[in-house]
Amino acid sequence: MSDAPAHLEAEHTGLAHQFEDLEQQQESDFLGIWLFLVTEIMFFGGLFAAYAIYRWLYFAAFEGGSHILDIRLGAANTVVLLGSSLTMALSVRSAQTGNRRALVYFLIATMILGGVFLGVKAYEYNQKFVEHIVPGLDWAPEGEVLAHLAPGGLQHAQLYFFFYFAMTGLHAIHMVIGMGLLLWLVIRGRKGAFTPHYFAPVEVVGLYWHFVDIVWIFLFPLLYLIGGRY
Amino acid sequence: MSHTIVPQKTYLYIFFSLIGLTLLTTGVAFIDLGPFNTVAALVIAFTKMMLVIMFFMNVRNSSGLIRIIIVAAFFWFALLIAFTMSDYRTRTWTPAPESWSSAPPTHP
Repeated sequence: MSDAPAHLEAEHTGLAHQFEDLEQQQESDFLGIWLFLVTEIMFFGGLFAAYAIYRWLYFAAFEGGSHILDIRLGAANTVVLLGSSLTMALSVRSAQTGNRRALVYFLIATMILGGVFLGVKAYEYNQKFVEHIVPGLDWAPEGEVLAHLAPGGLQHAQLYFFFYFAMTGLHAIHMVIGMGLLLWLVIRGRKGAFTPHYFAPVEVVGLYWHFVDIVWIFLFPLLYLIGGRY
Repeated sequence: MSHTIVPQKTYLYIFFSLIGLTLLTTGVAFIDLGPFNTVAALVIAFTKMMLVIMFFMNVRNSSGLIRIIIVAAFFWFALLIAFTMSDYRTRTWTPAPESWSSAPPTHP
């Protein structure tokens, strides 16, 4: 602690009064976000476990369903999302080095890439309605789509698409929340709220964003790349 | 910890490695490896995850407390998958006794 009065120090460094020093505060911030991410791992984990069971039980149907997805869009979206993770990491770095302009630019770039991802996702969802392969709501596959789905059993193919929408949907909701958080960071960042001494919000949102990226890293091969493309 | 400022180059190298692995996993999906297609896809996804965790999330420079929390989370997730799958996969090993059939019980 310096000799400056406590309220002045708080203004300069963003140190909350319950912490001894910035290092302890930062350690608590990290602990908090990581504990939250642990609950998220279990949250998505339940879906991944259910996916594992049904993919094992009805593999042919899952293979057929995977064929309907556009592998190029999935791969392109993976690249977009990895790019957004890069810009997110760079915005944390800009906050560390005290480059306010770069911080705001990288945060906005992250939002734009997140928006591109969601746009492609929306297009893909729309395709599912066009092809009548939305489980429960609009399930009437025909033509070539039907030919791909029939061998595994239509009911089980419907199950695959339930997983597809539940897993990518939950992921997309996380993206939307993440973009809201990014907007909040942009607004605060423009005002100069973050300094090389205090940028925990940027880093915490960054960890969340990278986590959402990791979920997609697993969703892409599990949903799009199931065997049988050769 | 964030005291260490990672050079911009490192982030770019990691990003291009991740793109390379994405292309690799997409390419492998078009080659028939039998059951190893799934293994390859998961190994590549795991590698990508480790790159993101270690470099983008900077766990490389984080404290032991944070690391043990992450390891515990994945250990718990592994338990979830292992116990659930071992149940489903072994259900057919021993068929239920005849007397457990779903026929309504007959009262004398």
